[in-house]
Amino acid sequence: MPAKNSSKSSAPKLDRRRFLAVAAVAGATGATGAVKPGQAATVQDAQERRPSALPPNAHVAAAETGTPQMPARDNGTPGSDFMVDVIKTLDIKYLPANPASSYRGIHESLINYGKNTMPEFLTCTHEESAVAMCHGYFKATGKPIMTLVHGTVGLQHATMAVYNAWCDRVPVLILGGNDLDAAQRPPGVPTFHSAQDINAIVRDYTKWDDNPVSLQHFAQSFVRMYKIATTPPYGPVMMALDGGLQTEPIREDGEKLYIPKFFTAAPPQGDAGAVKEAARLLVNAERPVIVVDRVARTPNGVKLLVELAELLQAPVVDQGNRMNFPNTHYLARPASVINNADVIIGMELSDYWNTVNGFVDNGYEGRGQNITKIKPGTKLISISSVDLITKSNYQDFQRFQTIDVSMPGDAEATLPLLIEAVKLATSNDRKDAMAKRGEAIRQAHAKGVENVKEAAAVAWDASPISTARLVSELYAQIKDVDWSLVSTSGNTSNWANRLWPIEKHHQWLGWSGGYGVGYGAPASVGAALGNRDAGRFSVSIQSDGDLMYAPGVLWTAARHKIPLLAVMHNNRGYHQEVMHVQRLSNFRNRVANLGNDLGPIGTSIMNPDIQYHQLAQSMGWWAKGPIVNPVDLGPAIKEAVAAVKSGQPALVNVLTEPR
Amino acid sequence: MHLFPVTAAVMALAFANDAAWLATALAASAEKGKAAYVQHGCWQCHDNAGQGSLPTSGGKVIARTQLPLDAFKSFVRTTNGAMPPYRQAVLADEELDDIYAYLQSLPPPKAVSDIPLLNGMRPQ
Repeated sequence: MPAKNSSKSSAPKLDRRRFLAVAAVAGATGATGAVKPGQAATVQDAQERRPSALPPNAHVAAAETGTPQMPARDNGTPGSDFMVDVIKTLDIKYLPANPASSYRGIHESLINYGKNTMPEFLTCTHEESAVAMCHGYFKATGKPIMTLVHGTVGLQHATMAVYNAWCDRVPVLILGGNDLDAAQRPPGVPTFHSAQDINAIVRDYTKWDDNPVSLQHFAQSFVRMYKIATTPPYGPVMMALDGGLQTEPIREDGEKLYIPKFFTAAPPQGDAGAVKEAARLLVNAERPVIVVDRVARTPNGVKLLVELAELLQAPVVDQGNRMNFPNTHYLARPASVINNADVIIGMELSDYWNTVNGFVDNGYEGRGQNITKIKPGTKLISISSVDLITKSNYQDFQRFQTIDVSMPGDAEATLPLLIEAVKLATSNDRKDAMAKRGEAIRQAHAKGVENVKEAAAVAWDASPISTARLVSELYAQIKDVDWSLVSTSGNTSNWANRLWPIEKHHQWLGWSGGYGVGYGAPASVGAALGNRDAGRFSVSIQSDGDLMYAPGVLWTAARHKIPLLAVMHNNRGYHQEVMHVQRLSNFRNRVANLGNDLGPIGTSIMNPDIQYHQLAQSMGWWAKGPIVNPVDLGPAIKEAVAAVKSGQPALVNVLTEPR
Repeated sequence: MHLFPVTAAVMALAFANDAAWLATALAASAEKGKAAYVQHGCWQCHDNAGQGSLPTSGGKVIARTQLPLDAFKSFVRTTNGAMPPYRQAVLADEELDDIYAYLQSLPPPKAVSDIPLLNGMRPQ
């Protein structure tokens, strides 16, 4: 394929250095006011370099926005065209990004040479939104997409979302424009936005990164980064994309470019001997418990987990970072069941210590108190692929927990081995005991569902609207479509997961991973994009604080016709922080200063109240609100559902209780 | 001003026969209690109607709490769990009485059978 890119033009060819020199001279003779080569900047020039909030002087404006006057342009095939050829081999459907000069070469190639398909460029207003859209898209589809960011400031904007993707074990392909050649790159803003090693910004929370220096290097590294990102444990990957490499023409000195063929790698499985020992412990346990967090990478993971649970007749605690286990299954149980367990198998847990222990933030000795949740002697088994990619700086590996049987490996890939080992280890006697256990669990499950409904009924008619009422009214309007709950931000007491029947893998996509606030809105839009193509109806429970980090993603959804129903959990505060300040005030025997708000100073989002429905309307959404009376909620959501079915994003602004 | 509801007073009698305590309880104000409930941040974890929430109060419902007033006050003063203690310097006894009155004044929850939306949720 690359051979076809070789230009047969007889026009004069420019190498990169010569091209930039010509461009600089041409710019100096034009209206841009650029400094001529060899001419020192004047004091006046220096004085005119003021903070960017001021109107830019001609020099800065030219560097940031001006297009250098180009020489005759048939320089051969741009290197970035070849990059597009490489990208197109990997079936990457979308590219949400905020535009930037440092990747203008590949940007131009993508939309002109690449015809803006596979990938299609989606305009974003913030790099954090772009990365989070990739994050949400993957969880809805199982397919990674890519983003482009400006180096350095664009990548700095993106970082929190990259960290969320890292903690949530989600592949995101990030390419960052950068101009390495200090002697040739434009001065001023583009140089402020260049770095020796932009990847360093995210190296602690990406699986791999590279900085290719040739087109062939790019081809190898792009295919490699895709493979690394999509081999469990998944994770975001980063590539710096030199400006020169994008704009230089492909050399015609006999260079033969090729695109390596992508191949998938089998995910790592737990050690066979350890699997056998785990099966022995589980089969012989009286009160085994299965705890899962990110086991089901695919719908098949759900099936495998159900098979294991039914074989053992063991309760399953789904911690919910993925849809792992149907909550309608009688073996689905709350976390409290581990208190009496004699064997616990934890699979892809983000925090094993905090699963079997706890921390009470009660100010004891100025800190807090550790507690244990399990009986002495409880055997602990772990299958986790995250053990294979632990890094040092960021503490997403959590506290250290001693484990009896630890298997670094992918849980979904290990489940078939474990199921077979359990079958082999199970005698008829044990089958009878397991069946009795299962019947008791079935009764407890039924009772648990009734308890949840009774709890939801409390304050049913209250205003502000209870979060239980919020999710119940919402479900009533979407239950007959193929819905996907793409995000719940701001904490609604997990009501949706407790009340809605969640049985399909796409019906619940989990949380942000790193708990970096601002994930909900953009990840929902990204997931809705994937669901749109799959014919699913996307719904999010959108908190106020989360939306205000980067509300511009609402415009992206409208601009690109991404249907999504966002129901606001508008509790007018950062309630996680509200409680922290209240707690500290009490420990210190002080009355919390509320100022003129309802929460301690600095924690409320009120006075003035934000009219989220108007914000959404201004960006092209159908929207309604504020809904204060619970009686008005159902009809408003019904209207919003109709708007979403017509292809629009829609938002209902609801005043809610804190949690 | 709403006086301490009769139903709660009757319930309180079942737990205590201390006449002085009952007099205090009857004098308490649900209206003032609601203001104190907000002012001292009770609503932040227990929500405005005392329905509670899973992450902040373990889902515990404190509306119409079954605890007698003395036990309620003792808990609030001395709790050493996730809920921070409210000592006298932060929350006066009278305010705590009022908060208790407010909680007792809240309406009882509807029966699930009377809420069609919940009836249809999560069929077994």
